[in-house]
Amino acid sequence: MTDTDYEKLATDAGLERVGARAPLGEYLKELWARRHFAYTLARYRIQATMSENRLGLGWIVIRPIFTAIIFGTIFGVIMSSDSRPDNFVPFLVVGVFIFEFFSKSFSAGAKSITSNASLVRSLNFPRMLLPIAAVIQQVFELVPIIAVMTLIIVGFGEPITWAWLLVPVILALMTMFNLGIALISARLTVHLRDVTQIIPLLTRILFYSSGIFYSLEQVLEDKPAWVLKVVELNPIHDFITLVRAQMVTGNEASPTMWWVVIGSSITMLVVGVIFFWRAEERYGRD
Amino acid sequence: MTETPTAPPKLGAPIVVANDVHVEYRTHASGKALANGGSLFKRQKGIRVVHALKGVSFEVREGESIGVIGHNGSGKSTLMRTIAGLTTATQGAVYAASRPALLGVNAALIPDLSGEKNVLLGALAMGHSKADAEAQYEDIVEFSGLSEFIDLPMKTYSSGMQARLRFSIAVSRDHQILLVDEALAVGDKAFRDKSEQRIRDLREQAGTVFLVSHSMRSILDTCTRVLWIDHGNLKMDGDPKTVVKAYQASAKK
Ligand SMILES: Nc1ncnc2c1ncn2[C@@H]1O[C@H](COP(=O)(O)OP(=O)(O)OP(=O)(O)O)[C@@H](O)[C@H]1O
Ligand SMILES: [Mg+2]
Repeated sequence: MTDTDYEKLATDAGLERVGARAPLGEYLKELWARRHFAYTLARYRIQATMSENRLGLGWIVIRPIFTAIIFGTIFGVIMSSDSRPDNFVPFLVVGVFIFEFFSKSFSAGAKSITSNASLVRSLNFPRMLLPIAAVIQQVFELVPIIAVMTLIIVGFGEPITWAWLLVPVILALMTMFNLGIALISARLTVHLRDVTQIIPLLTRILFYSSGIFYSLEQVLEDKPAWVLKVVELNPIHDFITLVRAQMVTGNEASPTMWWVVIGSSITMLVVGVIFFWRAEERYGRD
Repeated sequence: MTETPTAPPKLGAPIVVANDVHVEYRTHASGKALANGGSLFKRQKGIRVVHALKGVSFEVREGESIGVIGHNGSGKSTLMRTIAGLTTATQGAVYAASRPALLGVNAALIPDLSGEKNVLLGALAMGHSKADAEAQYEDIVEFSGLSEFIDLPMKTYSSGMQARLRFSIAVSRDHQILLVDEALAVGDKAFRDKSEQRIRDLREQAGTVFLVSHSMRSILDTCTRVLWIDHGNLKMDGDPKTVVKAYQASAKK
């Protein structure tokens, strides 16, 4: 309208640009300062599902149990008993239950920004808190899942050993991995809603290729050794195999798997945080 | 239109400056308007760009209280969200002395959760510490006057009740810059008086308030200056009586 130099006016008065993305260090500090928001949001979400459904928390464990029963029956019948992994029920239950932790973090993370649009449009807070809250919720829900998984495993005669103490370590690494995935998918979904359509497909591909109801090692026995090496680069398969190696007799994990798991958890988390943070200014507009 | 607001306090330093702010929304349009695209591929990419703000500039000083008026869809809410930093300008920028807090109508926070939980979450998200949020809780609920309904899901609230709760959460913190986007319009008389009083108090503490409203009475009662936004442009900026009169004259046509 006029020729006033507003830019100069603002800098002279010492004003700062509103909504400018904070440098990464400051951003992470801000995240930490508001951690109670993420934690409380996750807790309230669980309480809400608990009070809405009659079975409440029960659904969290019923779903994977049903998946295990379905795959157990189908493949227990189809597969001849010698192509079936030993201790088939514990083997299958660990596979399905641990995979569930991944797939739910993936889909909940992807929706975390888009399904909270009104929150994002009305309050200022680091947006990363939303995917973080989604993953925290999955971690809370993991507690009953792991409890039921343990009960089933013990019920089928697996001994309780010191090696079990490694399971929380594996799950902690997996949480980092899942958080990285959740952050990446949260941002991609904001740019491109189609991503929500692709996620179930990706999840299904991973479900079938990660050796959940069959043993990849067994299936690839007569293939060249490098094939198995390539398959072992799939972190999801390695997380599951590592948990099995601790809890189900007759399962072994190679040292490579530990490296894959540690490496991919750290990489995913770092990449996820940076990738998400870089678009911080865009989440309110698209 | 009865009384002019109390004489404007002495103007201080600039507190909010908007420099040539443009906002474009990209949305996926559908239907007839789009069907001229031709090939399927083109249609899928059928993104409509809505140019909601087309270069708005102004400067606001400490102690002013700004009314924002304009027809539906003129870009008032977009301007508020941009000032609040919730929507980033595609071109130009808004500068402010501190982060402004927006009080809008669309903010149902989390509809599935009870009012109580929304209060606590809202307070935490605004940056209150955990202890602070709990300490503020009583005050927030009392100001809202909704203690009877506080344990019901927020989606069961009437729009007035939702607005009351949101307003109460937002003013639980002292903001130097408060943006109020029609948040008071659905409140009843008693609550509106209470919140308008609260806005005037805020302004006296050297705060600056932006008030978006279709109620010219509210604007004339609380504002010392008015911006008229028309189709994304700042059409007029000045004394409330003059601008409101011009706006009303244009609306009659
Ligand atoms: N999230 C969005 N995506 C796409 N277009 C949007 C979005 N929000 C607003 N618009 C468009 O931007 C323009 C300005 O909208 P805005 O909400 O700022 O108007 P307003 O002045 O607040 O109107 P009202 O008086 O009805 O509240 C409108 O054309 C609207 O369609
Ligand atoms: Mg509006």
